[in-house]
Amino acid sequence: MSAAQTVQAFWGIVRRDLTVSMRHRSDLFNPVIFFLIVVTLFPLGVSPAPDVLKALAPGVLWVVALLATLLSSDGIFHADFEDGSLEQLLLSPQPLYLMVLAKVLSHWFITGLPLTLIAPMLGLMLQLPAAGMVPLMLSLLAGTGTLSFVGAIGAALTVGLRRGGLLLSLIVIPLYTPVLIFGASAVQSAIEGFSIAGQLAVLGAFFVFAITFAPFAIAGALRISVNG
Amino acid sequence: MLSTPYLALENVSCERNGRLLIDRLSLVMELGQALQVEGPNGSGKTTLLRVLNTLSRDYHGQIRWQGQDLAEVRADYLRQLLYIGHAPGIKRVLTPLENLRWQAELYGDHKEQDMLEALARVGLVGCENTACHHLSAGQQRRVSLAKLFLFTTPLWILDEPFTAIDKQGVAELEAVIDRHVQDGGLVILTTHHSLSLKHGCRRLSLGGGA
Amino acid sequence: MASWTWFHRLGSPKWFYEKTSRWLPWLALVTAAIMVVGTVWGLAYAPADAKQGNSYRIIFIHVPSAFLALVCYYLMAIAGAVSLIWKMKLSDMAVKSCAPIGASLTFIALVTGAIWGKPTWGTWWVWDARTTSMLVLFFLYLGVIALQDAFESRENANRACSILALVGTVNIPIIYKSVDWWNTLHQGATIKFTEAPSMPPEMWQPLFLMIIGFYCFFALVFIMAMRSEILQREKGTRWVELIVKHRLNKLTNHDD
Repeated sequence: MSAAQTVQAFWGIVRRDLTVSMRHRSDLFNPVIFFLIVVTLFPLGVSPAPDVLKALAPGVLWVVALLATLLSSDGIFHADFEDGSLEQLLLSPQPLYLMVLAKVLSHWFITGLPLTLIAPMLGLMLQLPAAGMVPLMLSLLAGTGTLSFVGAIGAALTVGLRRGGLLLSLIVIPLYTPVLIFGASAVQSAIEGFSIAGQLAVLGAFFVFAITFAPFAIAGALRISVNG
Repeated sequence: MLSTPYLALENVSCERNGRLLIDRLSLVMELGQALQVEGPNGSGKTTLLRVLNTLSRDYHGQIRWQGQDLAEVRADYLRQLLYIGHAPGIKRVLTPLENLRWQAELYGDHKEQDMLEALARVGLVGCENTACHHLSAGQQRRVSLAKLFLFTTPLWILDEPFTAIDKQGVAELEAVIDRHVQDGGLVILTTHHSLSLKHGCRRLSLGGGA
Repeated sequence: MASWTWFHRLGSPKWFYEKTSRWLPWLALVTAAIMVVGTVWGLAYAPADAKQGNSYRIIFIHVPSAFLALVCYYLMAIAGAVSLIWKMKLSDMAVKSCAPIGASLTFIALVTGAIWGKPTWGTWWVWDARTTSMLVLFFLYLGVIALQDAFESRENANRACSILALVGTVNIPIIYKSVDWWNTLHQGATIKFTEAPSMPPEMWQPLFLMIIGFYCFFALVFIMAMRSEILQREKGTRWVELIVKHRLNKLTNHDD
């Protein structure tokens, strides 16, 4: 199996998943709509006072982006499991590590990336100061990739189970905490006028760590789930 | 001296939820053969195929492929294998051509002309660019069966390939299997159908106290 | 290779069960002795703390359980790695046995922490670094237990939990460090955990004894959980039937 063929198989999977999401518009828009709706709950539930919202904004935006990624990660392998294409993927002669990477990358394209792009608009609605906008986007850009990988581990473990959805959240949320801490703190620091290089570096390190090791866990978990 | 068999099972046992489905099965399969696995529902047909295609590793005993332990040469083995399972592995929002393309790309075999030809061989002319959810169950099945015309792997493992296929289609499928066996391939399949193959077919009965 | 897996399949659990039958009573005795001595020493003889008075004495339970809670997670992950690599039946059972014990220990640590917090900080719950990490650890345990419960096939449940335990283990140091860092960031809002820099020997000696006692207690409960797991899984085999028959005979003899 030549490297060129592996590369082609990799982009084949990415292209397939993106095409499927383009035709299933809801896959594409649901995480973003969820982000918007849940953010709306905070002024309603807490207070519409600009000062209060301003204080909440970094944390709320990050928590809701995290939840949107989490809920969408349930679907990373679900359709593939149901229609048998996951079996085909596992039985292909290509390295499973890279095939898993392709799956997670496409998931990030349809969730992490749109969430990052829409975040400033929601920031405006939550009175996020201008100084926080770019850091919000940068931290989401660096953090959502890790969230996709960790979510994919949970998705791979629960894909064969009937009541996987809630279980997935239970498994994955504790593992999300470091990303949330550094992501939200980057935005907070920026608003307070400090440098965010440190937080971004840590988020970047998390991402490198996740991209290196998570595919192994995902591949192992998929083998188990398909075996069941 | 005996040559090393292509695929050999030695005392393979499979247990599922505490029930012994396959009990010390020994079997030798060579290229140029067809093997039909028979048995009532729940007798372990699919379990056996999933052991043979390496998806399941819950077995005891030894499986050798060209004399080597299957688990050790898995990557090479998969390159020689084409598996079509219960679920056809078809994305319903994609067209037959797109479905065939992503599967072909996994094997590095992707000439557009060949794919169109394969789809034509399974009677899907004119549907190449229709989303699969507009096709019937039988037609969707045919999309995955088109791989049989596209891939040149010697070993085929087919789990109930005749499901939802009409009479005409069954005859064509039998012809393909016949030709593959004649060309020196090995076909292992399960079906409730009585196969009529020119070159004959070995049968393996599972379950029912056998 | 094949005979080797069969050896583990059949040999190991029985061997474990028989061995532990012999030392289990002794272990129970040692555990009880250490725990009683440690508790009495800690509660009655150790001096009161200069600032906190007698309320600090809860550390004789709080610290050992928090300590063991973390040890248990690592043990679970090691067992998980062993069962993924060597497919040993015993380590499968160890993964399953560890999770509820670890969750209970974490829960005890959290509750005793809260009880201790009330007189010390004037509130039941403080989001300080240790409490928060302990809470996340508790969630990690709950995840493993829930995952174990969700699978229908026992083999797959074990493999899935092993992977999750390994992923969790890799993450625990990251979580702890992150939470620590987060805590220093928000230090104004919370009370810093006042670490006793030099605990007098009269205090740490009983504490040390209690930690050893908790280790023994953990080993005891773990082995008992393993034994019941073994009996459940091997219930079809002859040796388990013999044990059950033997026990039943004993019971009926007592009735006579």
